Amino acid sequence: MSNTIVSRLKRKKIMDVLATGKRMDGRELLQYREWEIKTNLLVKSEGSAEVKLGKTHVVVGVKVGIGHPFEDTPDAGVMMVNAEYTPAAHPTWEPGPPSDDAIELARVVDRGLRAAEILDMDELGLVSGEKVQMIFIDLYVLNYDGNLIDACSAGALAALTSAEAPKFKVSKEDEVEKTDKTEKLKLKSHPVAVTVCKIDDSLIVDPTYDEEEVKDGRITVTVDENGNLNAIQKRGPVGFTVDEIKKCINIASEKAAEIRAIALAGE
Amino acid sequence: MSKKTKKKTTKRKSSKKEWARVDGRKPDELRPLIIESGVIPNADGSAYIEMGRNKIIVGVYGPREMHPKRFSKPNSGVLRCRYHMAPFSVDPRRSPAPSRRDQEISMVMTDAIEPALFLERYPRSVIDVYAEIIEADGGTRCASINAAAVALADAGIPMKDLVSSCAAGKYDGKIVLDLGDYEDKKGESDVPVAYLPKIGEVTLLQMEGIMTQEETEKCIDLAIEGCKQVYEAQKEALKKKYGMVEEAEEKEEETGEEETLEEEEE
Amino acid sequence: MSVKFETRDIVVPGDLLYEGRIRTGENTFRREGNVYSNKVGLVNYSKDRVSVIALEGTYTPLVGDLVVGMVSDIELGQWVVDIGASTDAILTVNDAINKSFRTNFDMTTVLDVGDIVVAKIVDLDRRRTPILSIVGRELGKVHEGFIMKITPSKIPRLIGKKGSMINMILRETRCQITIGQNGRILINGRNREDEELVVKVIHKIETEAHTSGLTNRIQEYLRKIKEDRK
Repeated sequence: MSNTIVSRLKRKKIMDVLATGKRMDGRELLQYREWEIKTNLLVKSEGSAEVKLGKTHVVVGVKVGIGHPFEDTPDAGVMMVNAEYTPAAHPTWEPGPPSDDAIELARVVDRGLRAAEILDMDELGLVSGEKVQMIFIDLYVLNYDGNLIDACSAGALAALTSAEAPKFKVSKEDEVEKTDKTEKLKLKSHPVAVTVCKIDDSLIVDPTYDEEEVKDGRITVTVDENGNLNAIQKRGPVGFTVDEIKKCINIASEKAAEIRAIALAGE
Repeated sequence: MSKKTKKKTTKRKSSKKEWARVDGRKPDELRPLIIESGVIPNADGSAYIEMGRNKIIVGVYGPREMHPKRFSKPNSGVLRCRYHMAPFSVDPRRSPAPSRRDQEISMVMTDAIEPALFLERYPRSVIDVYAEIIEADGGTRCASINAAAVALADAGIPMKDLVSSCAAGKYDGKIVLDLGDYEDKKGESDVPVAYLPKIGEVTLLQMEGIMTQEETEKCIDLAIEGCKQVYEAQKEALKKKYGMVEEAEEKEEETGEEETLEEEEE
Repeated sequence: MSVKFETRDIVVPGDLLYEGRIRTGENTFRREGNVYSNKVGLVNYSKDRVSVIALEGTYTPLVGDLVVGMVSDIELGQWVVDIGASTDAILTVNDAINKSFRTNFDMTTVLDVGDIVVAKIVDLDRRRTPILSIVGRELGKVHEGFIMKITPSKIPRLIGKKGSMINMILRETRCQITIGQNGRILINGRNREDEELVVKVIHKIETEAHTSGLTNRIQEYLRKIKEDRK
């Protein structure tokens, strides 16, 4: 969580308005802002998506390369998620190594995709113990107005779904060559992350920057297309009752379906 | 993928074809150029540029209080430009960590833009210019400077002039304008230039390759011509914001109110 | 011709506005005897000067301005207040309380980091730091309401000639509105509907600030929304 100064007045106002069942921008408690997702905007990346959720703006790039497998899984491909908080995205963001929040963003999105087994990593091996396919997912934040996890998770799904990955050829001498052909990645699932924020006693989805600044805590739930839960992350120095947790999971399950439809709309 | 130019050594068809570049451009032709201002809502000013296949977004913050204070100057503002490439901007993917090349480009970019600003008006403050390369295809430092100048003007930061940038170089024996990545890698030389179009001064000049002095000077002249073309596009991008609302206004009946300008001056 | 454009033409930084001697108005500068624009905006030629009406730019603190800011730090004997200018402003304890300052005085009992204040700029010190005062009616810590930010250069438009625009908005929305010259506007309404209306109207003014006929259009806009409500 960032350590910027939060205006007490802002918190009071947001909470007063929440108590009437509305948000500062007029939305309902469980209403998302407008989504805009475009795919295949980058020529040099195998997959890409540009997501605008309200004023939050992120670009997700998917690149497929060749690299060394992990020792204990010599035939499995490697997937890596990286997040970049560009200093242009917010007046309080500074250049430098990834902040705690950026690292968490990458890890939460990664966990959701990995736990849902979106890709069968065993299908990505090339030369056992030597060369495997590497799937790099880079989350690039261009304007920050809250709810990066949901925006980036939807963007990653859209980018992976629309990606055209190169077909590799392995010769007898274990030489790996990239052919001219491409094919869609074989996605085994379509996980989507939904973040529910707790401000005092209210539960809301899709917080703006201001709402994130004054929230007490949040729970992110990643749900696949079968309604199974893939990942849960609770943050914030507060306690959630079991009842609240169940509510969050219900909200997430419901909203995940809506978001999934938007993320896959281009295909 | 566009067809590649045949090398001089291969047979040419009897009907002489005009020498063309890999993408079919004439030697003094710029790549397609698109510039938009006001694209990052949180930034004080911002711009997006596409120069050929380059895609770059620039956000500007400032002038604002500089932290840490020990880097601030008592009698002048500080301009801090940062050039940074997204991991997916090149093939193969690169590390997100800043490279030495990024640092050097950040510095020459700062030098290119500073002469256009009135930094003495903002002691102890900083103006931050963040250029993010989303997709790179040769000439990214020039494109970044072009977008940065538009972003600074979009932020309402006082400027003596805009800054326009373009590269020229030598490819396949010919002096050409605005080299793409392929021409840059395979060519004989690259000369990026930044220019203050109204003041008439060069603020960025680098050169790399093997050329005679005459060829180099030709490149500088050609690059300046390219800068002037870019300048037109930068002006359009800045005026566009006003243009749209002015059109809406023309459609409405004028109510004869003259208060607009007088009260602004108070 | 010395005059290079027509009034209300859009100009960009570096554009030559006037060849020769003339007074330099806002957002212009003199170079080699001629006058140029230093911003994007609308040029205005009057009898004795040329100026550019710019619609973007950070706030330039002026003595006498009313500003709305947030306390960002506490130093010995003074609060540092963020007013969105190129440097932070200072509010001294001596101004805030009527007694003399003792070093064991807990300043947070008066103002703490994160508090919002409405203040007046009473001085610019030798380093051009704005010095604030909260002595006066309607100045001091803010307890209710929310802040809306617009570009400072559009504040005159929001106020209008002799307050015509803002008075109309106050009348139609019945909200309390405190306008900071630094582009920060404090809004407090009796209900959320009225407050949302104020936000919509101010946003519209911000977008169309450089057009004429705005006051009438805003009046129409307000009337239409209230009609729709019924």
